[in-house]
Amino acid sequence: MNHDVFMAGFGGKGVLLIGNLLAYATILEGNNASYFPAYGVEKRGGAANCTVVMSDTTVGSPVVGEPEAAILMNPAAMTQFYPRVRRGGLALINSSLIEDDGSSRTDLTAIAIPANDMALEIGDSRLVNMVMLGAYIEYSKFVRPETVKEALKEVLPERNHRFLPFNYTALEAGAAYLRKALA
Amino acid sequence: MTKRLFVKGNEAVAMGALEAGCRYYFGYPITPQSDIPEYIAREMPALGGEFIQAESEIASINMLLGASACGARAMTSSSSPGISLKQEGISYMAGSECPGLIVNICRSGPGLGGIDASQADYFQATKGGGHGGYHLIVLAPSSVQEMYDLTMLAFDLSDRYRVPAMILADAVIGQMKEALEPHPYVAPDDLQPKDWALIGPGERGVNKVVKSLYLGDGELEQHNLKLHRKYAEMQEKEVRYEGYELDDAELVVTAYGSTARIAHTAVRMARQQGYKVGLLRPITLFPFPKEAYKHHTAAGQKVLCVELNTGQMVDDVRLAVPCVEVEFYGRAPGAGSLPTPEELFAQIRLHCEVRS
Repeated sequence: MNHDVFMAGFGGKGVLLIGNLLAYATILEGNNASYFPAYGVEKRGGAANCTVVMSDTTVGSPVVGEPEAAILMNPAAMTQFYPRVRRGGLALINSSLIEDDGSSRTDLTAIAIPANDMALEIGDSRLVNMVMLGAYIEYSKFVRPETVKEALKEVLPERNHRFLPFNYTALEAGAAYLRKALA
Repeated sequence: MTKRLFVKGNEAVAMGALEAGCRYYFGYPITPQSDIPEYIAREMPALGGEFIQAESEIASINMLLGASACGARAMTSSSSPGISLKQEGISYMAGSECPGLIVNICRSGPGLGGIDASQADYFQATKGGGHGGYHLIVLAPSSVQEMYDLTMLAFDLSDRYRVPAMILADAVIGQMKEALEPHPYVAPDDLQPKDWALIGPGERGVNKVVKSLYLGDGELEQHNLKLHRKYAEMQEKEVRYEGYELDDAELVVTAYGSTARIAHTAVRMARQQGYKVGLLRPITLFPFPKEAYKHHTAAGQKVLCVELNTGQMVDDVRLAVPCVEVEFYGRAPGAGSLPTPEELFAQIRLHCEVRS
């Protein structure tokens, strides 16, 4: 079984981090994953995106033309990548920044998540990426949320472990939002 | 099971090199390969090795030549424009029969080009690159695991034949992260001691010379013939490739490195829809797997060669199987030109009919 997800947003806002995290968690569970980042020459503020391919067999291409799922963080990502999401796929749209609710397409599942607002409510706008990842994990059900939390603990330097609870809350909030949206 | 790490392809090259006993690195930073010197700079001192960030690419390749002449397992790494700068030194290494590893994590060109993946350095890598009609051993990894494994192999092949080796990858394979199962390096039994190395006259009192200058009548011709006998021997003994779904394939897709990964998924998509198609992936680009193409096209199959350039390896495929129909699909490298599996599947459909 193969799954792939494309994530796009501004550099520095954490799409590469959650891509990394998702792929690492997949590997921790004994499956295979590739994480392929693409970003401009800027350190922050430019467009950044990555593709994660997960598989219980062989990953194959780390590059995907029409992704099965997409996490779209800002209007530029929405304009450029929403049309490319596979028919029957999933688009998670950060509706805090993106006005377009995705209703132009009816051949996929589009879910608008006010991720920035939710992140602020939890306590830090920087948790926006975790909200979106939480929703994706809940939808795809390929990786267990516990493994993602474990992976986060491993990649985060010890001195930052005090932030773990906020990140866990954000992941759970994203998952809860998705469950409600699909109900 | 050993713990599986989650690392970049570039890091896997560095890890493989250190595991294989490489203790000298000389280089100069350039995107998209700087993770290699970064990793080695951090880890080498603890192993008692030397990491030198040279003043230029030209300096670093000549440092590699020097370390190799003294018998050390040594390497350099760079990306396309930097590799161009190194060509004089590489030619001298080839002429002096100095083993060593040169890693090229290609970016797009010509000139300064861009930082995106490219396979446009195939000619430069496999046909010599510098002056004088030599060859390098050229290995083309297509996964993070192979970046590790083939780096070790490159050192061994290079030492066995006293021919410099190149790892030819690109920004995709270098920058992507995947699972890596590291394993201990085991030296092949047949590696000879480097009795030619310049480590002083020692007990024998013999002065040795490592050089590429041969002025005596007929001397250089003999030297060149010796080099070419080695290339012929490698052609016989060291070819490596991987086949996927080739047994009943009517269309043989062929690609190496990053494009082979993309083609792999395209072949899988095609198989699911009943197309009889397979993938032949050269692992050694020099020596080139000529016989594999002959073998897998013996029953009249067509070949579709896919590259991230405007057509380079396809020349070698056509030379290997002159009587076979060889189609080509390539994208000129640069930002946004990496082909997708869907795009390659469309190409497969152009050249293959469903027959299941």
